[in-house]
This record gives sequence, C-alpha cells and structure tokens, in this order.
Amino acid sequence: MKRLLIWVPLALFLGAIILFAGRLATPDDHLIRSKLVGQTLPAFALPPAASDRPGLSSKVLATGQPRLLNIFASWCVPCAAEAPQLMALRRAGVPIDAIAIRDARPDVDAFLKRWGNPYARIGLDARSGVQIALGSSGVPETFVIDGRGRIVHQHIGDIRADDVPGLLNIVEQAR
Amino acid sequence: MIAELGLAALWLAAALALLQLALAAIGLAGDKPDLLAGVRPVAVGQGLLAVVAFAALVALFLRSDMSVLLVATNSHSAKPWLYKFAGTWGNHEGSMLLWVMVMGLAGAAVALFERALRHDTHMATLGGQAAISLGFYAFLLFSSNPFARITPPPQDGQGLNPLLQDPGLAFHPPTLYLGYVGLSVAFSFAIGALLTRNVDATFARAMRPWVLAAWVLLTLGITAGSYWAYYELGWGGWWFWDPVENASLMPWLAATALLHSVTVLATRDALRTWTVMLAVVAFSMSMVGTFLVRSGILTSVHAFAVDPERGTFILALLALYIGGALALFGWRVGAVREGARFELVSRETMLVVNNLLLTVILGLVLIGTLYPLMTEAFGHKVSVGPPYFDRIAGPIALALMIAMAAGPLTRWRRDRARAVGRRLIVPAMVALIAFAAFAIGVGGSIGALPFAGLVVASAVAVASLAPLWKRNLLRTPLFTWGMVVAHLGCAVSLGGMAADSAFTVEKLVAARPGERIRTAGWTLHFDRILPVAGDNWTALQADMQVSRNGGAPVAIHPQSRFFSTPPTTTTEAALLTRWNGQLYVVLGQEADAGRWQMRIWWKPFVTLIWMGGVMIALGGALALVGRERRGWRAKWRARRLPA
Repeated sequence: MKRLLIWVPLALFLGAIILFAGRLATPDDHLIRSKLVGQTLPAFALPPAASDRPGLSSKVLATGQPRLLNIFASWCVPCAAEAPQLMALRRAGVPIDAIAIRDARPDVDAFLKRWGNPYARIGLDARSGVQIALGSSGVPETFVIDGRGRIVHQHIGDIRADDVPGLLNIVEQAR
Repeated sequence: MIAELGLAALWLAAALALLQLALAAIGLAGDKPDLLAGVRPVAVGQGLLAVVAFAALVALFLRSDMSVLLVATNSHSAKPWLYKFAGTWGNHEGSMLLWVMVMGLAGAAVALFERALRHDTHMATLGGQAAISLGFYAFLLFSSNPFARITPPPQDGQGLNPLLQDPGLAFHPPTLYLGYVGLSVAFSFAIGALLTRNVDATFARAMRPWVLAAWVLLTLGITAGSYWAYYELGWGGWWFWDPVENASLMPWLAATALLHSVTVLATRDALRTWTVMLAVVAFSMSMVGTFLVRSGILTSVHAFAVDPERGTFILALLALYIGGALALFGWRVGAVREGARFELVSRETMLVVNNLLLTVILGLVLIGTLYPLMTEAFGHKVSVGPPYFDRIAGPIALALMIAMAAGPLTRWRRDRARAVGRRLIVPAMVALIAFAAFAIGVGGSIGALPFAGLVVASAVAVASLAPLWKRNLLRTPLFTWGMVVAHLGCAVSLGGMAADSAFTVEKLVAARPGERIRTAGWTLHFDRILPVAGDNWTALQADMQVSRNGGAPVAIHPQSRFFSTPPTTTTEAALLTRWNGQLYVVLGQEADAGRWQMRIWWKPFVTLIWMGGVMIALGGALALVGRERRGWRAKWRARRLPA
C-alpha cells in the first residue's frame, strides 16, 4: 500500500504536465461564440440603414430558404475586406441580409457604393441592441439562418476566400 | 558596455553552475574529495556572478540606456529614479534575473553558512541547487535575454505600467522572490538527503533555519503584495483569488506545513518521508505558479510575458525538476527508515493534523486554480472565483485555527486528552463569551463564516498566549516567543478578515462639489475638484474634509491619475487609517454635468489583516534567531579562540 502511495504524487504531477502541455499546444481561443447557435433568432425589427434597401425584421428571415445574416459597419475595415467574398456568395445564389452596427445612412450608402452591395435588406442597429441580443461580440460576423429562422452557424471575423466553400456547404445543408 | 558585461556575467554564472553540478556529481559518485573541495568556492562564485549580472541590469535601468531592448520597452527617462530602479524587475526578463540571482545567492549562502549537515549530503544539496539554477540560467540566456540590444535605439522608452509605479514595487517582488525562490534550498536539501540516504533529526535541524528564513520572507512578501493590491487597484479588496495570488499562497501553505513537520522531525525524529515530500512540494509549487502565470495559460492581473515558447521552456524545466524529484522520492524513500512512533494524544498528532489541514487547503486551492484548465480540456469554459475559494477553504482554515490553538498546549510524545481539555478551558470560555456577545450585538446581520471567524479569532488569540501562562517571561526561550507571536498574528489576521467581511459599509455616490455625504458615522464634505501634476502624471483630485461623529475634520485627496507613457488612468484611493478601521475613498469618472462618481468604504479593523501578517513573519524571525543564536555564538567564539 505504502509502496503505491509513494508514486501517487508523480502520477498526479505527470497528469498535470499533460494538461499543461495540451493547453500550450492549443492556440488561444479568444472567440466568444453566440449562445444562440442552434436556436431561433430573437425577435427584432430594424429601420433601413441604406437609401435603396428596406429595413430588416426577424420575421422576414424565416422565409423557407436558408440565408446569411451579415453583421457589419461602414467604419469597419475588415468588413470592407470581406466584401468580395460576400459578393461571391451572392453570385453563388445565397441570399444575404445585413445589420449595420452604430452607423448612419450616408456612411452606409458610401460604403456600399465603394465596396459593392450584396444585401437584400439592411437594418440599422444604431445602439448595438440587436447585435447583443444575437450574441455577436464584434464586426464583422456572419450568421447562417435556416428556412425556419434558426441560427445554424456563426462565423466570427471577416470571411476569407477559403471560407467561402465551407459556408456554401453549410447553407446547402440547411436547406 | 554594461549590457555586455551583464550578459558575460550571466554566461559565466551558468558555466559555474554547470561546473558546480559536475564537481558534486563526479566527486560524490567517484568519492573524490579533491573535486568536492571545489564545490563550495564555485557555488559562492556563481552567486557573486549572478549578483553582478543583476547589478548590471539595475545600472542600465538607472541610466535609462534605451539601446537595451528591455529598458526601451519598460522604462522612460522621465520616471522618478525609484521606479527606474524598481522597474528593473517590473517585467518578465528582469524578474527572472532577480529569480536566478536569489537562487544563486541562496546556493552561495548554503555553501558558506551550512555547517550542521553531513558532508556528503551538503555536497549533494549544492549539486541539486546548481542543477536547478542551470535550467533557469538556460531559460534566461536562450529565451528571455534581458541584455538584448535594439538598433537603432529609440528616442525614449515606452514607460512602465503606472499601476507598478508605486513604492510597493520596490518591496513586494524582492521579498516575495526571496521567499519563493528561497524554498529552492529546502528542495535541494530534500534531493541531497534522498541521494545520500540521510533523513533524520540532524538533517531536519540543518534544514529548519533555511525553511524558516524563506517562509518569513514569503509571508512578508505576500502581506506586502496584498496591501499593495488593496490600496493601488482601488477595488477595496485585499485578496482576489487571482491565479497569481494562488501561485504565492500555495508555496506558503506547503512551506507552513513543512515548517511544522520539520520541527517534528528535528525534535522527535518522526514524519521523515512526509517532511521530505513537503520540501519537494513547496518549491514545486513556486515553479508551477511561475509557469501558470508566465505561460499565459491562465489569465491573471500579472499576466506579463504571454509567450508560448517561454511557456514550453518552463514546462520542460518543471517536468525535469519536479518529475525528477518525485521519481527520486519514489525510488529512494523506501530506503528511508521509519521514524519514531508517537501516541494518539500528543504534540506530534496535533502537528500531523495541522499538516493534513494545510495540505487539504493547498489541494483545494490547486484544484480551484487548475479547474478552468481541466474543464477547457473537455470543451467547457468556466472561471473559478472567490465564492468557491471562500466557501471551501474558509471552513477548513477555521478548523486549522482551532487545531493551532490546541497544538502548543499538548505535550510531545504523549499527553492525556483530559489534561489538554483542561488547558483549553479559558479559550473555550472566551469563545462562548465572544459567541454570545457577537450573537446579541450583530447576530443575523452578518454571514455565518465571518461570524465564526470572529468567534474563533477571539478564542485563538487567547489560546495562542496560553503557552506563556505561569512562565517567567524573561526566561521563556526566544523560539517559544516566536511561536506565540506568529500564532497570535494568525488570530489577529483572521479577526481583521472577519471584521472586514462582516462590518464593511460601502457607498456609491454621484456628488457635486459642495455636497455633503454621510455614511457609517462619517461625514464627507466634497469641497472641489482640481487638477494637480506630479513627476510624470497629471491628476484630477477631489479635495474633501471628513469627520467621524462630529470630530475634527481631516483633509483627504483621492485622485484619478493620468499617465502619458504609456497612456493609462489609475485611481489613487485616499485612505484614512484610524485605530478601529480605514476609510477608503475612490474618485471615479465624471457622471454628468458636474457630478462625480465616488466609492466610499468604511472598513472596521481591516488593518489587522496585514498587522497579523507582519506578526506572523516577526514570529518566524524570532524563532529563527532563537534556534540559531546558540550556534552563531559558538561559531563566533570558535573563530576568536585561535587568535
């Protein structure tokens, strides 16, 4: 009994070392995932953010076919960087709606004129209320919404070119 | 030039550590006395070179030599000289250099002053100390070089984090490190004892002063750190169960247990295996704590130097040293003969209880600290905070305090339960009176744990004085005084903690200049807000006149300070200390149209927490002097006689 007990500290320590090494090996994940993934969108209704697009409410997002909900802002540089990818997704036949965060209509118009406009509807979330309700912690973020208005997937950060096939796949599966 | 000198000294110190290890290892294995004769001088030389390297870095900081990367990123020429000086260790590389310097100095001290230890154990201990130092020298030289240059040198430095620009930085890290790293001596003693199969009462008597000295400094360092965090952060708390605080508490708990078990081993030749284990665990906890904080795998207020490469390096050192020591323990401890036995009712048993309770607290703190890592490995993110630690560690700490009251009143070897009970009658009566008094006075309005804390603190305070009862105070040995003072310090500190959580009054206000705020018997006249400027900061300062129960008003000046390099705002709380507590006022933001947010605390008897901490350290120092005085005197006489 005593002979076994003597090795217990070493065994515990080796366990701790494995734990530490595992933690060091995994890159630090600072992303804060929305708790709403897999659940129905919270109800909201937002006024139009751009001159030539209607506003956005949660009801119109449950239209029977999956779509993307892009959270962006005209003052956000990565949002401009992901614009070509959003255009590509749009061309691939994915409907995209958007929420502009803490923004103003002239700024959104200028942004869309410069970087292109893949959006069907754009709601203005002037005080980030809806963004917080969605569990989104920054811009840009993109949610995949299925036909019944449930959040299927959350993409945090800008969409890179190599993210596009994966997103298309998720949209396809949500059908 | 100075930087190159420092780097050269560091390399040389590392080379000497390697030599020290080789001399000790080959000398012991091949039984070559001429090689072993070199170990002690080399250890002293290594310590001196580490001091030279550290002094070089201090000089670079004092001269604001911006061609050195570390100075450029952590200092600024407009800083007051005290913070240039203390800023030397206000960063990762500098603090690691302080670490190896303390380790080198501790090794040199063991080489110079240790006389009681058997010769081969002494040599093996110095070899062990060199082996640990070597790893940390390698860590500095290969992944955290403090002397690296930057070309071209910047015009000026980026400055030191303003939270660190406080006299606390000059005192807290050095004392903490002296204790933290000083425990490496106990670790090396354990290695030396296992390697040379020499665990007995003589060994324990040789190890005790080193443990005691490290423990005293660690106690002071933690106490100072707690008070610094209390007044500097402006949150009104004195302990936050932050990983870095736990990293200092865990070695302290292990060292406290070790301190008591080593006394059992020294006095009664019992608890041999256990004492060796604790000596290994204490410094292991120092290293694990350092790893947790430096690698960035836990988030902490001290999370400087978040760097996976460094984390990997320290992890490798941990695996090597702690794993090696525990393996050696498993391999060799079977050879350690069982020590003396003792009766159930005896001082030995009480000290075993003390050790078990301290170990349980240590385990619970360790689990709480590592729990977020464990759950994250399974995909859940959680954080463990004060509610866990308070609720889990609090009651056990109270039980420990009760054991502490009874322990010194129990005789060595064997005692009768009834006799011990009789000696505890007075403290028990005090506990009953305190229970009744607090129940009638404040009962119901305070939580169960603070209530129990107040009662236990009163009883333990009386019990801790009991060993002096009916004794000639002048003839009482100094180490008995040390024990009494340290135990009384625990009671005082506990009383402060309990009073703070039971009776603190907190008030949040938004006040205009000219308004009057009343809380907890205090009246605060908020006279005005005005800008003031210091050496390297500007501040908004509230001028206030405060008085308690209509007494004479006193001026206090809480500030919100703005530092430009790096741009940071800090709160400088105004503290007003009275015999029965502290008034703590923090100036916040301007709320709206001329109203200023303020947070006001009245904290009855909160200062007892740190007074108790200082008493504990003082008790340790008295015990150290009391035990060692005779040896010092004999040595001094021996040195004078031949002349």
